[in-house]
Amino acid sequence: MSFKTSLCGSASLIALAGAIALGLSAGPARAADPIKIGVIAEAQAIAGASIPQAAQLAADEINAKGGVDGRKIEIVTYDNHSSSADSVRAFQRAVNEDKVNAVITSYISEVVLALEPWAARLKTVMVTPGAASNEITKAVHKDYDKNKYTFHGYLTSASLALSVCDAAKDLLVDGKHMKTAVIMSEDAAWTKPLDVGYQECLPKIGLKVLDHIRFSPDTTDFTPIFNKIEASKPDVIITGISHVGVQPTVQWKNQQVPIPMFGISSQATNETFGKDTNNASEGVLYQGVSGPGLAITPKSLPFADAFKKKFGNYPSYAGYTSYDEVYYLADAIKRAGSTDSDKMVAALEKTDWEGTIGRVQFYGKDNQFTHGLKYGKGLITGAMLQWQDGKQVPVWPKEVAKGELKFPSFIKLTSK
Amino acid sequence: MLAFQILIDGFAISALYALGAMGFTLIFGVSGVLNLSHGAIMVAAAVAAWAAASVLNTDSYTGALIGIFVALIMSFATYFVVVQPIQKSRRIPNEEKEIFVLTGTLLWGIMIQELIAYFFTNNAKTVLPIIEGVVNIMGVRTPQNEIFTAVVCCVVIGLLWLLVNRTRTGKVVLAASMNPRGVTLLGHELNNVYIVVWAIYGVLAGLAGVLLGMFLGVSSYSVGPLTASAFSIVVLGGLGSVSGSLIAAIVVGYLETLTAYLINPAYRTIPALLLLVVVMYIRPQGLLGRR
Repeated sequence: MSFKTSLCGSASLIALAGAIALGLSAGPARAADPIKIGVIAEAQAIAGASIPQAAQLAADEINAKGGVDGRKIEIVTYDNHSSSADSVRAFQRAVNEDKVNAVITSYISEVVLALEPWAARLKTVMVTPGAASNEITKAVHKDYDKNKYTFHGYLTSASLALSVCDAAKDLLVDGKHMKTAVIMSEDAAWTKPLDVGYQECLPKIGLKVLDHIRFSPDTTDFTPIFNKIEASKPDVIITGISHVGVQPTVQWKNQQVPIPMFGISSQATNETFGKDTNNASEGVLYQGVSGPGLAITPKSLPFADAFKKKFGNYPSYAGYTSYDEVYYLADAIKRAGSTDSDKMVAALEKTDWEGTIGRVQFYGKDNQFTHGLKYGKGLITGAMLQWQDGKQVPVWPKEVAKGELKFPSFIKLTSK
Repeated sequence: MLAFQILIDGFAISALYALGAMGFTLIFGVSGVLNLSHGAIMVAAAVAAWAAASVLNTDSYTGALIGIFVALIMSFATYFVVVQPIQKSRRIPNEEKEIFVLTGTLLWGIMIQELIAYFFTNNAKTVLPIIEGVVNIMGVRTPQNEIFTAVVCCVVIGLLWLLVNRTRTGKVVLAASMNPRGVTLLGHELNNVYIVVWAIYGVLAGLAGVLLGMFLGVSSYSVGPLTASAFSIVVLGGLGSVSGSLIAAIVVGYLETLTAYLINPAYRTIPALLLLVVVMYIRPQGLLGRR
C-alpha cells in the first residue's frame, strides 16, 4: 500500500466515523430539544433593554430546576432598533430559520401591531411585555381564528387609564381636594385609547378636564405646551408619555411649572430616570405595575433583586412582564404537553399565574380585549409611585404604599 | 404677556441655532466641506457633559468643559479620519470629492450616533444647568439658565467676529474662504488654516451641544434633526456666509417659536421648511450668499 492510498483510506474512514457519530448524536438530542423563545426588543432603549435580560434570567432559573419536562429553555434575542420593519424581519427569521416556539416582543405598540399579522400568518405564539394599545387585543377579538396567537402581557391603554383614575380618586380628589385637570399626551398609537379612557373616567372621579393637549413625540421644546396648560389653571397635569419623558420633566422643573404631573410616564419607571434628568424627576407621579421596593406579590422583590445582582440595575417595567411571560409560557407548554402553537394558545388561555406584577389571567373570546390581561382587585391593579429624594416611592394603593405625596417647593397645590 | 414670552423664548432658541450653524457654515466657507456629522458631534458633546456630571460626579462647569473638549477631539477626528483622506485620495476624481465627503461625514455621523445609543441608550439626557432658578421678566417666568444660554451664545458669536475680522489668524481664514490659491501664494500653509478652522468648529459645535443639552436635552435621535436644522439655516442664509447664517438663525428661531405658540407645537418646524423651499425658488444662493 503506497503512502498516498493509505492516507486517502484513513481520511475516508475518519469521515465515515464522523458521519456515524453525527447520526448517533442527532437521535437522542431530539428528545431533549430545547424550547426556543425568541425575544425581539429595543436593546438601545432603557425600557426595551430589560426585556431580553429578564427573559434570560427566567430561563436560567427554570433551567436550573431541570427545565420543562427535561427540556431546557433557550432564549434567542434580536435587537429591533425600535423599528417595525426590523422587527418584522427578525420575526420571520426567528420563526423560519431559528425555529423558535414562541416570541416575546417589544414595548412599542406600533411594533406589536406590525407583528400581529405575522404571528397569524406564521402561526406563532407572540406575547408583548410592554405595548399598551387597545388595538392589539381588539384585533384578536375581531378575528379570533386568525389572530389568536397574539397575547397582551401588559395592561391595555384602557386599563392603564382606569388604573390612573383609580389612583387619582384616592390621592388627588379625596386626598388633596383637586377639581380640575389637563390631559397632556404624546401622539402615538397607545395614547389614542388612553386619552379616550382618561376623558371618560376623569370626570367620573370628580376631575373636570379643562384642556386636552396632544403633541408630536419629536417635540424637544415643551415651553409652549406648559405655557398653554398653565393658562387654563388646572390643579393637575394628567400625563400619557413614553417616547418622551426626560425632556418634558427637565423643562417642567427648569421653568418651575407650578402644577404636579400625574399619570403614565414610562421613562419615569426606569431607575436611571433620576440621573438622566439630574433629579428634575423630584415629585413626578407615575403609574407602574412594578418598581423597586414594590412588593405587589411575593415574587416581585426577589426578581428585582436577582435582576439587579446580575445586570447592575433594576429592571424596567417591561422587564417584570417579560420575566413573567417566560414563566407562564413554560407553564402553558408543560400543561399543553407540546409546543404546537394551537395547543399552546389553548393552554395560555387557561393561564392563572401569580407573577411579579399580580395574578395573570387573560380575557376570553367574548371580551372586547381578548387575550388582554384581566384588570382589577385580586388580579392586576397597578400602583402609583412618586420620585422622592432620588428614589421611586410607592404611594398607592394603601396596601403597598411606603410614603405620602411630597412635592418640590415650586409646585403650588391650588386647592388644599 | 404672550408677546414677551415669544420674544424671550425665540431669542434664546435663535441664539442657540446661530451658534450651532456658525461653525458649520465656517467650515463650508473655508474648505468647501459640508459636514453631515454635525448633529452627531453636538450630541456627543452634550452626552459627554452629562456623563461627566452624573457618572463621574464633576460640577457643571467641568462637565461642560469636558463636553466641549470631546467635541474638539471629534472635530479633529472627523477631519483627519474622514475628510482629509478623501480630499487627498488620488483614486477619487476631484469632481466627485464633494459627494464622497458628504457621504463620508454622513456615515461617520451615523456611526457616532449608533455608538452613543449603544453605550448610553437612546433615551434623552440633559446636561446639569450651570445656573438654576427662574427670574420674572415682564410677567414671564424665565429660567435663568435660558438667559445664560442666550448671553453665552451672543458673547461667543461676538468673539468669533473679532477673531475673524481683527486677528491675523482670522484674516488668513477669511482670505482662505475667498481665495484659497491666493492664500497659498502669500506663503500660508492651507493645511494649517484648515486645522484652525476645524478647531474653531469643534469648540463652537461642542458649546452649542452642551448648551442645547442644558436647555432642551438631547438623545441619539436628535442627531438627524440637528444636522438638518443647521443645514437648512445655512442654506437659507447662503452657504458659507457667516452673517447670512446669523440672520437665518433668527428668522428660523422666531418662526418656529411663533408657530409653536400661536398655531400648534406639533407644527413647529413646518413653516421654516416651507420658507426654505420658497427661498430656494426665488433666491437659490440664499439670503446673503455670494454664489
